[in-house]
Amino acid sequence: MAEYKVKFEVFEGPLDLLLYLIKKEEVDIYEVNLTKLAKQFIEYIDTMRLLDLEIAGEFLVMASTLMYIKSRELLPVEQQVQVEGEEEGEDPRWELIRQLVEYKKFKDAAAQLQVLEVARENTFPRLPIKPEFEAERAAVKPEVSIFDLLNAVNTVLQRFTKRDDLRDIFDDKWTVSEKIEQVMKALTERGRLTFSELFAQAASRSEVVCTFLALLELIRMKQLVCLQAEPFAEIEVTRSQTVSLGSSPLPDAAAPAETVPATGLEPAADNPSGETAAATADETSAPASAPQS
Amino acid sequence: MDLKFILESILFSAQKPLSVKEIRDVLGNAAEQDDADATVKGLKKIKEADVTAALEQLIQEHEDAKRSYRLACVAGAWQFVTQPEFSPWLKALVGVKARPPRLSQPALETLAIIAYRQPITRAEVEQIRGVNVDGTMQTLTERGLVEAIGRAEVVGRPMTYGTSALFLEYFGLRALEDLPAADELRKIVVEKPPAPLTADPGLATAPPEGLKSDDGSQKAEEQKAEQPSEEAPT
Repeated sequence: MAEYKVKFEVFEGPLDLLLYLIKKEEVDIYEVNLTKLAKQFIEYIDTMRLLDLEIAGEFLVMASTLMYIKSRELLPVEQQVQVEGEEEGEDPRWELIRQLVEYKKFKDAAAQLQVLEVARENTFPRLPIKPEFEAERAAVKPEVSIFDLLNAVNTVLQRFTKRDDLRDIFDDKWTVSEKIEQVMKALTERGRLTFSELFAQAASRSEVVCTFLALLELIRMKQLVCLQAEPFAEIEVTRSQTVSLGSSPLPDAAAPAETVPATGLEPAADNPSGETAAATADETSAPASAPQS
Repeated sequence: MDLKFILESILFSAQKPLSVKEIRDVLGNAAEQDDADATVKGLKKIKEADVTAALEQLIQEHEDAKRSYRLACVAGAWQFVTQPEFSPWLKALVGVKARPPRLSQPALETLAIIAYRQPITRAEVEQIRGVNVDGTMQTLTERGLVEAIGRAEVVGRPMTYGTSALFLEYFGLRALEDLPAADELRKIVVEKPPAPLTADPGLATAPPEGLKSDDGSQKAEEQKAEQPSEEAPT
Protein backbone atom coordinates (compact mmCIF):
# COMPACT_ATOMS: atom_id res chain seq x y z
CA MET A 1 0.00 0.00 0.00
CA ALA A 2 1.31 3.41 -0.88
CA GLU A 3 2.22 5.75 1.89
CA TYR A 4 -0.39 8.41 2.53
CA LYS A 5 0.81 11.83 3.43
CA VAL A 6 -1.90 13.55 5.33
CA LYS A 7 -1.80 17.29 5.55
CA PHE A 8 -3.94 18.25 8.45
CA GLU A 9 -4.36 21.86 9.28
CA VAL A 10 -5.15 22.75 12.82
CA PHE A 11 -7.56 25.60 13.21
CA GLU A 12 -7.76 27.93 16.11
CA GLY A 13 -11.49 28.29 16.16
CA PRO A 14 -14.61 27.03 14.41
CA LEU A 15 -14.99 30.19 12.34
CA ASP A 16 -11.46 29.72 10.98
CA LEU A 17 -12.36 26.20 9.94
CA LEU A 18 -15.63 27.23 8.35
CA LEU A 19 -13.96 29.96 6.33
CA TYR A 20 -11.34 27.49 5.19
CA LEU A 21 -14.00 24.99 4.09
CA ILE A 22 -15.90 27.71 2.26
CA LYS A 23 -12.75 28.85 0.53
CA LYS A 24 -12.04 25.29 -0.52
CA GLU A 25 -15.48 25.10 -2.13
CA GLU A 26 -14.66 28.32 -3.92
CA VAL A 27 -18.09 29.79 -3.36
CA ASP A 28 -19.19 33.10 -2.01
CA ILE A 29 -20.00 33.09 1.68
CA TYR A 30 -23.51 34.26 0.93
CA GLU A 31 -24.10 31.34 -1.39
CA VAL A 32 -22.64 28.54 0.58
CA ASN A 33 -24.54 25.34 1.03
CA LEU A 34 -24.80 25.07 4.76
CA THR A 35 -25.81 21.45 4.86
CA LYS A 36 -22.74 20.38 2.94
CA LEU A 37 -20.69 22.64 5.14
CA ALA A 38 -22.14 21.00 8.23
CA LYS A 39 -21.15 17.59 6.90
CA GLN A 40 -17.59 18.64 6.18
CA PHE A 41 -17.28 20.32 9.53
CA ILE A 42 -18.36 17.21 11.37
CA GLU A 43 -15.99 15.12 9.28
CA TYR A 44 -13.20 17.36 10.39
CA ILE A 45 -14.13 16.95 14.03
CA ASP A 46 -14.17 13.19 13.57
CA THR A 47 -10.70 13.35 12.09
CA MET A 48 -9.57 15.37 15.06
CA ARG A 49 -10.91 12.67 17.31
CA LEU A 50 -9.13 10.07 15.27
CA LEU A 51 -5.84 11.89 15.56
CA ASP A 52 -6.47 12.20 19.25
CA LEU A 53 -6.42 15.98 19.16
CA GLU A 54 -8.10 17.96 21.81
CA ILE A 55 -11.33 19.44 20.56
CA ALA A 56 -12.08 22.84 21.97
CA GLY A 57 -15.58 23.42 23.25
CA GLU A 58 -16.27 26.07 20.64
CA PHE A 59 -15.98 23.51 17.87
CA LEU A 60 -18.63 21.35 19.45
CA VAL A 61 -20.93 24.31 19.93
CA MET A 62 -20.52 25.17 16.26
CA ALA A 63 -21.15 21.57 15.26
CA SER A 64 -24.41 21.54 17.16
CA THR A 65 -25.41 24.88 15.65
CA LEU A 66 -24.80 23.46 12.20
CA MET A 67 -26.80 20.36 13.01
CA TYR A 68 -29.63 22.55 14.22
CA ILE A 69 -29.58 24.57 11.04
CA LYS A 70 -29.52 21.41 8.98
CA SER A 71 -32.47 19.98 10.86
CA ARG A 72 -34.46 23.16 10.41
CA GLU A 73 -34.00 22.97 6.69
CA LEU A 74 -35.47 19.53 6.49
CA LEU A 75 -38.83 20.64 7.80
CA PRO A 76 -41.18 22.93 5.96
CA VAL A 77 -41.83 26.16 7.77
CA GLU A 78 -45.33 25.29 8.91
CA GLN A 79 -44.18 22.23 10.79
CA GLN A 80 -41.24 23.81 12.46
CA VAL A 81 -41.44 24.10 16.19
CA GLN A 82 -40.49 27.49 17.52
CA VAL A 83 -37.59 26.97 19.91
CA GLU A 84 -38.20 28.79 23.15
CA GLY A 85 -35.88 31.70 23.62
CA GLU A 86 -35.59 32.28 19.91
CA GLU A 87 -37.38 35.26 18.48
CA GLU A 88 -39.82 35.06 15.65
CA GLY A 89 -38.08 35.35 12.38
CA GLU A 90 -34.61 34.86 13.75
CA ASP A 91 -32.73 32.80 11.27
CA PRO A 92 -29.77 30.85 12.64
CA ARG A 93 -28.49 30.47 9.11
CA TRP A 94 -28.31 34.15 8.56
CA GLU A 95 -26.75 34.68 11.97
CA LEU A 96 -23.98 32.24 11.11
CA ILE A 97 -23.36 33.73 7.71
CA ARG A 98 -23.30 37.19 9.17
CA GLN A 99 -20.77 36.06 11.71
CA LEU A 100 -18.61 34.52 9.01
CA VAL A 101 -18.74 37.60 6.84
CA GLU A 102 -17.76 39.84 9.70
CA TYR A 103 -14.97 37.55 10.82
CA LYS A 104 -13.59 37.33 7.31
CA LYS A 105 -13.47 41.11 7.08
CA PHE A 106 -11.38 41.25 10.22
CA LYS A 107 -9.13 38.49 9.00
CA ASP A 108 -8.42 40.55 5.92
CA ALA A 109 -7.85 43.59 8.07
CA ALA A 110 -5.40 41.60 10.17
CA ALA A 111 -3.50 40.66 7.02
CA GLN A 112 -3.28 44.32 6.11
CA LEU A 113 -2.03 45.16 9.57
CA GLN A 114 0.66 42.56 9.15
CA VAL A 115 1.80 44.25 5.97
CA LEU A 116 2.07 47.50 7.88
CA GLU A 117 3.95 45.73 10.64
CA VAL A 118 6.52 44.39 8.23
CA ALA A 119 6.91 47.71 6.48
CA ARG A 120 7.46 49.37 9.82
CA GLU A 121 10.18 46.91 10.65
CA ASN A 122 12.02 48.06 7.58
CA THR A 123 11.80 51.76 8.25
CA PHE A 124 14.53 53.44 10.21
CA PRO A 125 14.04 56.83 11.80
CA ARG A 126 16.65 59.52 11.94
CA LEU A 127 18.53 58.61 15.09
CA PRO A 128 18.41 61.33 17.66
CA ILE A 129 21.52 62.70 19.35
CA LYS A 130 21.59 61.34 22.84
CA PRO A 131 20.86 64.10 25.31
CA GLU A 132 23.54 64.73 27.93
CA PHE A 133 21.54 64.22 31.08
CA GLU A 134 20.92 60.53 30.42
CA ALA A 135 24.17 59.69 32.20
CA GLU A 136 22.94 60.44 35.68
CA ARG A 137 19.82 58.35 35.23
CA ALA A 138 21.97 55.30 34.73
CA ALA A 139 22.83 55.14 38.43
CA VAL A 140 21.40 51.85 39.60
CA LYS A 141 18.88 52.22 42.34
CA PRO A 142 18.18 49.24 44.51
CA GLU A 143 14.63 48.07 44.87
CA VAL A 144 12.88 48.95 48.07
CA SER A 145 11.83 46.45 50.63
CA ILE A 146 8.36 46.28 52.15
CA PHE A 147 9.64 47.99 55.30
CA ASP A 148 10.74 51.03 53.35
CA LEU A 149 7.29 51.21 51.85
CA LEU A 150 5.61 50.88 55.24
CA ASN A 151 7.85 53.55 56.65
CA ALA A 152 7.00 55.86 53.83
CA VAL A 153 3.26 55.33 54.08
CA ASN A 154 3.42 55.84 57.83
CA THR A 155 4.98 59.22 57.24
CA VAL A 156 2.13 60.07 54.91
CA LEU A 157 -0.44 58.89 57.41
CA GLN A 158 1.14 61.04 60.13
CA ARG A 159 -0.10 64.00 58.18
CA PHE A 160 -3.64 62.99 58.88
CA THR A 161 -3.36 62.28 62.54
CA LYS A 162 -1.75 65.66 63.11
CA ARG A 163 -4.56 67.44 61.39
CA ASP A 164 -7.05 68.66 63.90
CA ASP A 165 -9.19 70.98 61.91
CA LEU A 166 -12.84 70.13 62.07
CA ARG A 167 -14.20 68.77 58.85
CA ASP A 168 -17.30 66.96 57.78
CA ILE A 169 -16.61 63.32 57.43
CA PHE A 170 -17.77 62.09 54.07
CA ASP A 171 -17.72 58.49 53.13
CA ASP A 172 -15.15 58.45 50.37
CA LYS A 173 -16.03 55.73 47.99
CA TRP A 174 -12.54 54.87 46.88
CA THR A 175 -12.01 51.45 45.45
CA VAL A 176 -8.63 49.85 45.05
CA SER A 177 -9.26 49.18 41.38
CA GLU A 178 -10.04 52.83 40.75
CA LYS A 179 -6.82 53.78 42.46
CA ILE A 180 -4.93 51.27 40.40
CA GLU A 181 -6.24 52.91 37.25
CA GLN A 182 -5.36 56.35 38.56
CA VAL A 183 -1.84 55.39 39.50
CA MET A 184 -1.16 53.72 36.16
CA LYS A 185 -2.57 56.70 34.30
CA ALA A 186 -0.44 59.12 36.28
CA LEU A 187 2.61 56.99 35.61
CA THR A 188 1.94 56.81 31.92
CA GLU A 189 1.69 60.57 31.79
CA ARG A 190 4.66 61.37 33.97
CA GLY A 191 7.06 58.47 33.53
CA ARG A 192 8.12 58.32 37.12
CA LEU A 193 6.54 59.51 40.32
CA THR A 194 7.89 59.98 43.77
CA PHE A 195 6.14 58.31 46.63
CA SER A 196 4.95 61.59 48.10
CA GLU A 197 3.55 62.72 44.76
CA LEU A 198 1.37 59.65 44.74
CA PHE A 199 -0.25 60.73 47.98
CA ALA A 200 -0.09 64.47 47.40
CA GLN A 201 -3.78 64.96 46.84
CA ALA A 202 -5.05 62.34 49.27
CA ALA A 203 -7.72 63.91 51.39
CA SER A 204 -8.21 61.29 54.05
CA ARG A 205 -6.67 58.27 55.68
CA SER A 206 -8.86 55.87 53.78
CA GLU A 207 -7.73 57.37 50.52
CA VAL A 208 -4.11 56.98 51.53
CA VAL A 209 -4.73 53.38 52.52
CA CYS A 210 -6.54 52.70 49.29
CA THR A 211 -3.74 54.17 47.23
CA PHE A 212 -1.17 52.21 49.17
CA LEU A 213 -3.07 48.99 48.59
CA ALA A 214 -3.26 49.81 44.90
CA LEU A 215 0.50 50.33 44.88
CA LEU A 216 1.13 47.00 46.56
CA GLU A 217 -1.20 45.26 44.15
CA LEU A 218 0.58 46.76 41.18
CA ILE A 219 3.93 45.70 42.57
CA ARG A 220 2.61 42.19 43.02
CA MET A 221 1.40 42.15 39.44
CA LYS A 222 4.87 43.32 38.45
CA GLN A 223 3.46 46.35 36.73
CA LEU A 224 5.52 48.69 38.87
CA VAL A 225 8.96 48.95 40.30
CA CYS A 226 9.87 50.97 43.38
CA LEU A 227 13.39 52.24 43.71
CA GLN A 228 15.21 54.11 46.42
CA ALA A 229 18.52 55.85 45.81
CA GLU A 230 19.65 55.78 49.42
CA PRO A 231 18.19 54.43 52.60
CA PHE A 232 15.34 56.64 53.84
CA ALA A 233 15.49 58.74 50.71
CA GLU A 234 12.49 59.46 48.56
CA ILE A 235 11.06 56.36 46.90
CA GLU A 236 10.56 56.47 43.15
CA VAL A 237 7.81 54.60 41.42
CA THR A 238 8.14 53.66 37.76
CA ARG A 239 6.47 51.31 35.35
CA SER A 240 8.04 47.94 35.16
CA GLN A 241 10.12 47.41 32.01
CA THR A 242 9.80 43.69 31.73
CA VAL A 243 6.26 42.64 32.36
CA SER A 244 5.99 38.98 33.14
CA LEU A 245 3.16 36.77 32.04
CA GLY A 246 0.46 37.21 34.59
CA SER A 247 1.22 37.44 38.27
CA SER A 248 3.65 34.99 39.71
CA PRO A 249 2.24 32.84 42.47
CA LEU A 250 3.08 33.89 46.00
CA PRO A 251 6.26 32.18 47.13
CA ASP A 252 4.44 30.85 50.19
CA ALA A 253 2.06 28.80 48.08
CA ALA A 254 4.81 26.42 47.02
CA ALA A 255 5.90 25.45 50.51
CA PRO A 256 2.71 23.94 51.87
CA ALA A 257 2.19 22.02 48.65
CA GLU A 258 5.54 20.34 49.11
CA THR A 259 5.07 19.46 52.73
CA VAL A 260 1.59 18.01 52.40
CA PRO A 261 2.55 14.74 50.71
CA ALA A 262 5.30 14.21 53.24
CA THR A 263 2.97 14.65 56.19
CA GLY A 264 0.32 12.62 54.46
CA LEU A 265 2.48 9.56 54.41
CA GLU A 266 3.69 9.65 57.99
CA PRO A 267 0.39 9.20 59.82
CA ALA A 268 -0.31 6.15 57.72
CA ALA A 269 2.97 4.60 58.76
CA ASP A 270 2.66 5.68 62.35
CA ASN A 271 -0.81 4.42 63.12
CA PRO A 272 -1.37 1.06 61.55
CA SER A 273 -4.23 0.76 63.97
CA GLY A 274 -5.97 3.63 62.30
CA GLU A 275 -5.55 2.01 58.97
CA THR A 276 -6.76 -1.38 60.04
CA ALA A 277 -9.78 0.27 61.57
CA ALA A 278 -10.48 1.80 58.22
CA ALA A 279 -9.83 -1.52 56.55
CA THR A 280 -12.35 -3.36 58.67
CA ALA A 281 -14.87 -0.68 58.01
CA ASP A 282 -14.52 -1.15 54.31
CA GLU A 283 -13.32 -4.65 53.53
CA THR A 284 -13.34 -4.32 49.79
CA SER A 285 -10.90 -1.47 49.78
CA ALA A 286 -8.47 -3.06 52.30
CA PRO A 287 -6.35 -4.93 49.75
CA ALA A 288 -6.29 -1.82 47.61
CA SER A 289 -5.17 0.48 50.40
CA ALA A 290 -2.50 -1.85 51.78
CA PRO A 291 0.10 -1.37 49.00
CA GLN A 292 -0.33 2.38 49.31
CA SER A 293 1.05 2.49 52.86
CA MET B 1 12.41 81.90 3.00
CA ASP B 2 10.07 79.04 2.38
CA LEU B 3 8.25 77.69 5.42
CA LYS B 4 8.71 74.22 3.97
CA PHE B 5 12.47 74.36 4.30
CA ILE B 6 12.36 75.79 7.78
CA LEU B 7 10.19 72.90 8.88
CA GLU B 8 12.45 70.49 7.07
CA SER B 9 15.47 71.76 8.97
CA ILE B 10 13.64 71.55 12.30
CA LEU B 11 12.58 67.98 11.72
CA PHE B 12 16.02 67.11 10.41
CA SER B 13 17.67 68.10 13.68
CA ALA B 14 14.90 67.06 16.04
CA GLN B 15 15.77 64.51 18.65
CA LYS B 16 12.37 62.90 18.66
CA PRO B 17 9.23 62.98 16.52
CA LEU B 18 7.49 66.32 16.84
CA SER B 19 3.82 67.06 16.75
CA VAL B 20 2.52 70.08 14.90
CA LYS B 21 1.98 71.82 18.20
CA GLU B 22 5.58 71.24 19.21
CA ILE B 23 6.78 72.56 15.87
CA ARG B 24 4.72 75.67 16.42
CA ASP B 25 6.29 76.06 19.84
CA VAL B 26 9.74 75.94 18.26
CA LEU B 27 8.75 78.59 15.75
CA GLY B 28 7.30 80.65 18.56
CA ASN B 29 10.44 80.33 20.68
CA ALA B 30 12.62 81.29 17.77
CA ALA B 31 10.62 84.46 17.31
CA GLU B 32 11.19 85.34 20.95
CA GLN B 33 14.97 85.31 20.60
CA ASP B 34 16.84 88.64 20.77
CA ASP B 35 18.47 88.35 17.39
CA ALA B 36 15.29 87.32 15.59
CA ASP B 37 14.84 89.10 12.29
CA ALA B 38 11.59 89.91 10.54
CA THR B 39 11.30 86.53 8.84
CA VAL B 40 11.70 84.66 12.10
CA LYS B 41 9.30 86.95 13.92
CA GLY B 42 6.79 86.55 11.13
CA LEU B 43 6.30 82.91 11.93
CA LYS B 44 5.45 83.44 15.55
CA LYS B 45 1.71 83.25 15.17
CA ILE B 46 1.54 80.73 12.39
CA LYS B 47 -1.51 78.51 12.31
CA GLU B 48 -1.33 74.77 12.77
CA ALA B 49 -3.16 74.27 9.50
CA ASP B 50 -0.43 76.16 7.65
CA VAL B 51 2.26 74.02 9.22
CA THR B 52 0.44 70.84 8.29
CA ALA B 53 -0.09 72.06 4.75
CA ALA B 54 3.62 72.83 4.36
CA LEU B 55 4.53 69.42 5.73
CA GLU B 56 2.18 67.75 3.29
CA GLN B 57 3.82 69.69 0.51
CA LEU B 58 7.20 68.44 1.65
CA ILE B 59 5.96 64.88 1.55
CA GLN B 60 4.85 65.36 -2.00
CA GLU B 61 8.17 66.90 -3.04
CA HIS B 62 10.15 64.08 -1.50
CA GLU B 63 7.99 61.57 -3.23
CA ASP B 64 8.40 63.29 -6.57
CA ALA B 65 12.15 63.41 -6.09
CA LYS B 66 12.09 59.73 -5.04
CA ARG B 67 14.07 60.49 -1.93
CA SER B 68 15.18 57.55 0.16
CA TYR B 69 14.03 59.37 3.27
CA ARG B 70 10.57 60.78 3.70
CA LEU B 71 8.55 62.53 6.28
CA ALA B 72 6.17 60.30 8.15
CA CYS B 73 3.51 61.23 10.64
CA VAL B 74 3.06 58.47 13.17
CA ALA B 75 0.67 58.85 16.08
CA GLY B 76 0.45 62.54 15.32
CA ALA B 77 4.19 63.15 15.44
CA TRP B 78 6.38 63.97 12.46
CA GLN B 79 9.77 62.45 11.76
CA PHE B 80 12.13 61.61 8.93
CA VAL B 81 12.21 57.91 8.17
CA THR B 82 13.79 55.78 5.48
CA GLN B 83 11.90 53.89 2.83
CA PRO B 84 11.47 50.14 3.39
CA GLU B 85 13.32 49.19 0.22
CA PHE B 86 16.59 50.36 1.71
CA SER B 87 16.32 48.13 4.76
CA PRO B 88 19.04 45.61 3.73
CA TRP B 89 21.73 48.28 3.85
CA LEU B 90 20.36 50.00 6.90
CA LYS B 91 20.16 46.76 8.77
CA ALA B 92 23.81 46.21 7.97
CA LEU B 93 24.58 49.71 9.11
CA VAL B 94 22.75 49.94 12.41
CA GLY B 95 22.22 46.28 13.15
CA VAL B 96 18.86 44.67 13.45
CA LYS B 97 16.69 46.60 15.83
CA ALA B 98 15.72 44.78 18.97
CA ARG B 99 12.12 44.52 17.97
CA PRO B 100 9.59 42.30 19.68
CA PRO B 101 8.60 39.19 17.71
CA ARG B 102 5.93 39.56 15.10
CA LEU B 103 2.36 39.17 16.20
CA SER B 104 0.67 35.87 15.55
CA GLN B 105 -2.35 35.61 13.29
CA PRO B 106 -4.85 35.28 16.14
CA ALA B 107 -3.26 38.22 17.90
CA LEU B 108 -3.53 40.34 14.76
CA GLU B 109 -7.16 39.38 14.30
CA THR B 110 -8.03 40.26 17.88
CA LEU B 111 -6.09 43.48 17.53
CA ALA B 112 -7.90 44.35 14.30
CA ILE B 113 -11.27 43.85 15.96
CA ILE B 114 -10.34 46.07 18.88
CA ALA B 115 -8.79 48.69 16.62
CA TYR B 116 -11.82 49.11 14.42
CA ARG B 117 -14.54 48.63 16.97
CA GLN B 118 -13.18 50.34 20.04
CA PRO B 119 -14.36 50.79 22.69
CA ILE B 120 -15.29 47.16 22.83
CA THR B 121 -15.69 44.58 25.59
CA ARG B 122 -13.89 41.30 25.75
CA ALA B 123 -17.15 39.41 25.29
CA GLU B 124 -17.88 41.31 22.09
CA VAL B 125 -14.45 40.48 20.72
CA GLU B 126 -14.98 36.81 21.49
CA GLN B 127 -18.35 36.94 19.80
CA ILE B 128 -16.75 38.08 16.56
CA ARG B 129 -13.80 35.73 16.68
CA GLY B 130 -15.71 32.73 17.92
CA VAL B 131 -12.95 31.69 20.31
CA ASN B 132 -11.74 32.58 23.74
CA VAL B 133 -9.42 35.57 23.59
CA ASP B 134 -7.87 35.62 27.06
CA GLY B 135 -4.45 34.57 25.82
CA THR B 136 -4.25 37.03 22.96
CA MET B 137 -5.65 39.86 25.07
CA GLN B 138 -2.93 39.26 27.60
CA THR B 139 -0.25 39.30 24.92
CA LEU B 140 -1.61 42.48 23.41
CA THR B 141 -1.88 44.19 26.77
CA GLU B 142 1.65 43.22 27.71
CA ARG B 143 2.94 44.56 24.46
CA GLY B 144 1.23 47.79 25.27
CA LEU B 145 -0.81 47.76 22.10
CA VAL B 146 -4.16 47.48 23.80
CA GLU B 147 -5.41 49.06 26.97
CA ALA B 148 -8.54 49.24 29.09
CA ILE B 149 -10.26 52.51 28.46
CA GLY B 150 -13.41 52.39 30.46
CA ARG B 151 -16.48 50.40 31.31
CA ALA B 152 -19.56 49.57 29.32
CA GLU B 153 -22.88 50.94 30.49
CA VAL B 154 -24.52 47.53 30.69
CA VAL B 155 -25.21 45.00 33.39
CA GLY B 156 -22.00 43.91 35.03
CA ARG B 157 -20.11 46.99 33.80
CA PRO B 158 -17.51 45.03 31.87
CA MET B 159 -14.28 46.70 30.88
CA THR B 160 -13.96 48.15 27.43
CA TYR B 161 -10.73 48.07 25.48
CA GLY B 162 -9.09 50.20 22.86
CA THR B 163 -5.73 50.62 21.18
CA SER B 164 -2.95 52.68 22.63
CA ALA B 165 -0.63 55.31 21.16
CA LEU B 166 1.98 52.58 20.92
CA PHE B 167 -0.36 50.74 18.57
CA LEU B 168 -0.24 53.62 16.10
CA GLU B 169 3.50 53.76 16.37
CA TYR B 170 3.92 50.01 15.97
CA PHE B 171 2.07 50.03 12.67
CA GLY B 172 3.25 53.40 11.49
CA LEU B 173 -0.23 54.93 11.45
CA ARG B 174 -0.91 58.61 11.66
CA ALA B 175 -4.18 58.18 13.49
CA LEU B 176 -7.00 55.68 13.84
CA GLU B 177 -8.68 57.18 10.79
CA ASP B 178 -5.75 55.91 8.76
CA LEU B 179 -6.59 52.28 9.40
CA PRO B 180 -7.15 50.59 6.05
CA ALA B 181 -10.83 50.46 5.04
CA ALA B 182 -11.81 52.13 8.30
CA ASP B 183 -15.33 53.10 7.25
CA GLU B 184 -16.30 49.66 6.13
CA LEU B 185 -14.99 47.77 9.09
CA ARG B 186 -16.38 50.09 11.70
CA LYS B 187 -19.92 49.21 10.59
CA ILE B 188 -21.52 46.10 11.91
CA VAL B 189 -22.78 43.82 9.15
CA VAL B 190 -26.57 43.78 9.28
CA GLU B 191 -27.75 43.93 5.72
CA LYS B 192 -28.92 40.74 4.19
CA PRO B 193 -27.79 39.97 0.68
CA PRO B 194 -30.49 40.74 -1.89
CA ALA B 195 -30.67 37.20 -3.27
CA PRO B 196 -31.90 34.41 -1.04
CA LEU B 197 -29.48 31.69 -0.03
CA THR B 198 -29.18 28.97 -2.63
CA ALA B 199 -31.91 26.39 -2.60
CA ASP B 200 -30.55 23.01 -3.43
CA PRO B 201 -33.29 20.44 -3.58
CA GLY B 202 -33.78 19.15 -0.13
CA LEU B 203 -30.96 21.24 1.22
CA ALA B 204 -30.53 24.91 2.02
CA THR B 205 -33.84 26.58 1.40
CA ALA B 206 -34.51 30.26 1.35
CA PRO B 207 -34.89 31.73 4.81
CA PRO B 208 -38.39 31.42 6.26
CA GLU B 209 -38.83 35.09 7.07
CA GLY B 210 -36.77 37.97 5.89
CA LEU B 211 -34.67 39.50 8.62
CA LYS B 212 -35.04 42.99 7.29
CA SER B 213 -38.00 44.69 5.71
CA ASP B 214 -38.87 42.01 3.12
CA ASP B 215 -42.39 40.69 3.62
CA GLY B 216 -44.59 39.16 0.96
CA SER B 217 -41.91 38.64 -1.64
CA GLN B 218 -39.90 36.43 0.66
CA LYS B 219 -42.83 34.21 1.48
CA ALA B 220 -43.62 33.64 -2.17
CA GLU B 221 -40.04 32.67 -2.93
CA GLU B 222 -39.89 30.37 0.01
CA GLN B 223 -43.05 28.55 -0.98
CA LYS B 224 -41.58 27.88 -4.39
CA ALA B 225 -38.49 26.49 -2.79
CA GLU B 226 -40.52 24.40 -0.37
CA GLN B 227 -41.74 21.89 -2.98
CA PRO B 228 -38.34 20.49 -3.97
CA SER B 229 -37.41 20.08 -0.35
CA GLU B 230 -40.38 17.85 0.34
CA GLU B 231 -39.54 15.56 -2.54
CA ALA B 232 -35.96 14.84 -1.68
CA PRO B 233 -35.19 14.83 1.98
CA THR B 234 -31.54 14.28 2.91
